[in-house]
Amino acid sequence: MSHELPFIAAIDEAIRLEMERDDTVLYFGQNMATTENEPYVDAFGKDRVRVTPISETAEIGMAIGAAIAGYRPVVELYMAEFMLVAMDQVINEAPRFRAMSGGQVKVPLVLKAGFGFTAGWAGQHTGTIGALFMGVPGLKVVMPSTAADAKGLMATAIRDDNPVVYLHHYLLTLEHGEVPDGEYLVPFGEAAIRREGSDVTIVATGWTVDRALGAAETLAAEGIQAEVIDPRTLAPLDTQTILESVDKTGRLVLVDQATRHASVSTVIAGEVAEHGFSSLKAPIVQVTALDATIPYSEPLEAWVMPNEDKIVAAVQRVVGAAPVTA
Amino acid sequence: MTAPPLGGEQALHLLATMWRIRLFEERVGQLKRADEVHGLVHLSVGQEGVAAGVCTQLRDDDAVYSGHRAHGHAIAKGASLDRVMAELMGRDGGLCRGLGGSMHLVDREHGFLGATGVVGGNVPIALGSALAARLRGDDAVAVVFFGDGAVQAGHFNETVNLAALWQLPIVLVCENNGFAEFTPRSAHTVVERVTDVVAPYGLERETVDGNDVVAVFAAFGRYLAAAREGGGPVLLECLTHRLRGHYEGDPGAYREALAAADWQEKDPIVRLQRRGLESGWFAESALQAIEADAAEAVEASVRFARASPFPDSGLTASMVYAAPTG
Repeated sequence: MSHELPFIAAIDEAIRLEMERDDTVLYFGQNMATTENEPYVDAFGKDRVRVTPISETAEIGMAIGAAIAGYRPVVELYMAEFMLVAMDQVINEAPRFRAMSGGQVKVPLVLKAGFGFTAGWAGQHTGTIGALFMGVPGLKVVMPSTAADAKGLMATAIRDDNPVVYLHHYLLTLEHGEVPDGEYLVPFGEAAIRREGSDVTIVATGWTVDRALGAAETLAAEGIQAEVIDPRTLAPLDTQTILESVDKTGRLVLVDQATRHASVSTVIAGEVAEHGFSSLKAPIVQVTALDATIPYSEPLEAWVMPNEDKIVAAVQRVVGAAPVTA
Repeated sequence: MTAPPLGGEQALHLLATMWRIRLFEERVGQLKRADEVHGLVHLSVGQEGVAAGVCTQLRDDDAVYSGHRAHGHAIAKGASLDRVMAELMGRDGGLCRGLGGSMHLVDREHGFLGATGVVGGNVPIALGSALAARLRGDDAVAVVFFGDGAVQAGHFNETVNLAALWQLPIVLVCENNGFAEFTPRSAHTVVERVTDVVAPYGLERETVDGNDVVAVFAAFGRYLAAAREGGGPVLLECLTHRLRGHYEGDPGAYREALAAADWQEKDPIVRLQRRGLESGWFAESALQAIEADAAEAVEASVRFARASPFPDSGLTASMVYAAPTG
């Protein structure tokens, strides 16, 4: 059984269910629980649900300490960029403690943050910075594109024994989708094939998954069948599913809202170039944001972003390209 | 001045703890010069009074966090010399199986939850242990050691604010040795005393002579009792003097060496021995045995470490992620 929910409510449902299931799950962040009748406080009390000052370093550091001591904190950070003021805790403390201690301690915590708010928020609240975190050993990075995955990946993140950066795209906040009832877990490291196709593989993440599916419809009308893959978690990354698809289609287009050299797409391109080269009939093409700070002005904002037209054009290039010669 | 709450047994225990740290670290310095100790090593020779005066009063369920100069704190909290030495030599028998090294010691069994190598990064993490103790409802406390250099960092100020706001049971122990790495405190701040930095937050606070282990023991004992009874954060500033450079091999050109007479005046071991004999806490005959026992334990730790194998290379991969609990 399932029910329809907006993306953001699906995340919320997972957190509530996990807090009901496990008393050690804590939830804190700025602007939370500021009134007496806040529903989370009503349900779980002021010990477990806490409002914090604008102190990302202390919030995240404290979450790490509580996690080492046996709790499972979820830190609401609102904007992914706000993690940047606490990079020592996010990158150099949380994911390193287990390894540095030789496995004596574990750090189960979730850093929940929205990203990519390209709706006039300009330079500092619009970044797609997930790939900054995917290369840090010990961190897991989650990027759902559907309401169902938003729920299932959050539940898995809370139960995971490692620090998880959970990134939800702000342009998906009010997108509705069918969400399974009750306990629902989506495993990490398993990509979803959103659309099957035989001519080209498109890998997209977050908000760009729907753009890729839209492009695939346009291409289908031209007789080009695109397979669309959504990795769902950047770390661990399911390169196997991507390689198997490329083995079938022989062509790869990578879509990412990040700037190219800080993108998931570049990492995937490297993996496929190394491990799937003999499958390729055409060069890999990446459709990323342009290497620029996101501009405020609406036409310019749209200009730097990937979109359906750019994806369609990229697919047409790889399908029409001459085969790679060894 | 009132007599310290110190009996002969306690005085001997403090002395033995300081000797173990002193002789251990002097041996580590030799082994570093002989290239048997692999990495960067920061010694606390001269600062043992703080480690001993604080940690010998704690239980295993009290959490201690420390920084890059952590050997003494770990040893005073109960870590085995064998396993610390093996860690410094990068061996599988080390506390962290050779993965953490000097700056990242963790001994979970004894509540030494960890040292972190980034100045100030440990302070908010320790607050997480204090939060956990409060949530569990027991009387365990969190103690964090940091130098005066950390006080100018954002981590520290964010943590003090939150600790005061939530009245969490944490004892902040500042080892003010007057130098932040290689720079005197006066070049970094206009606030001379760390106790003054936290004054606006209303913390109970005291500055003591950190080279007087009896003073440290007495002041910390009072704070510990208050914290166990549900008190909020407190700060103990211990004025001390490291007798060696910032790291082992530091030429130390930025400061003048102590004259031999001053050394006698500041050395916490010499001072406790003198005072203990004068006060009749122990007899001269006990001193030689304490030093000899410490020396033998240190040599045994070197033998243990040398006999311990280097870790298998497969260990690194297995330490990246904790396995899911399911």
